[in-house]
Amino acid sequence: MIDAAPVAGILDIVAGVLLIGGALLSLAAAIGLLRFPDALSRLHAATKPQILGLVLVVLALALSLRSWTSLLLLIPVVVLQMLTAPISAHMVGRAGYRTGDFDAATLVADELADDVADAGRSDLPGASEPPRGTP
Amino acid sequence: MTDPVAARGAADMTEADARAAERARVPLKQKAPLLLALVLLWMMLWGSVTPLTVLTGLVVALIVTQALYLPPVVLSGRFNAWWMLVFLARFLGDLVVASFEVAWLAVRPRGVPRSAVIRVDLTTRSDFVLTGTALAVSLVPGSVVLEVDRPNSVLYVHALGVDSAERVERTRAHVLDYERRLLRAIGSREEWEAVR
Repeated sequence: MIDAAPVAGILDIVAGVLLIGGALLSLAAAIGLLRFPDALSRLHAATKPQILGLVLVVLALALSLRSWTSLLLLIPVVVLQMLTAPISAHMVGRAGYRTGDFDAATLVADELADDVADAGRSDLPGASEPPRGTP
Repeated sequence: MTDPVAARGAADMTEADARAAERARVPLKQKAPLLLALVLLWMMLWGSVTPLTVLTGLVVALIVTQALYLPPVVLSGRFNAWWMLVFLARFLGDLVVASFEVAWLAVRPRGVPRSAVIRVDLTTRSDFVLTGTALAVSLVPGSVVLEVDRPNSVLYVHALGVDSAERVERTRAHVLDYERRLLRAIGSREEWEAVR
């Protein structure tokens, strides 16, 4: 614990700024969720900006709590979030792509569709699924 | 465990047998880093380092690694701490910049962004480097790995805010750059020599 009042004051101000930054990023993520056109674009908003948002909020907590035990609790929060968020994003993206839940008109290029067409789909795990919407 | 998606073929059965055999052969030395990490996590969650938490942590770690078996992670045996730090610093920088880029794409008045699905052929044959690259690429806002072709080390990346062929190439180069940086830190010597 730090007793010096000025240092504590500065740390609290920094923590406040970080908290607001994290909150704004999470807000941007929510707005993106509403505004982006399809599932694949939306999952970027749903999984990404708030990772930094969470990091900022956790940093703010560490700065304002200023104790080792809370710091040791906060590190796994960030690490586990960073390990799991890409996996959930991948699963949503994969499912979204395979079920055709995206707007092909917004894609500049779709090199996966090209490869799937080349492979004739027959040897792919998704072969038995109904074909996705044609671009 | 049963697989509800599809009836498994004979090929998968032999694969399962091979995996069971592999499981028996995993030496303790290879499992040690994972066990250590799990014990550390356990102590962090309890917020204390006492003989009791170390012991219970070890027991829980052993149970978890035995009951929820995962394929052994094959490391290259090379680890360069400095280049790992450079990789992490670069990754954090990208995370900050890209977070604000995606946030701006979300709130900017001028319409919604276009995107692309991009095929990236990685050079590595290491599962660990492939996973690390996919993880880093997926964490940086604006790109997510849609499909992985593990035998050929191909990632299919969905990238947000890509509106031209030039941006497609830039994103591809970006992913390859991540692989290169990761190989420099943890890749085997041959694979790092191949991309440097």
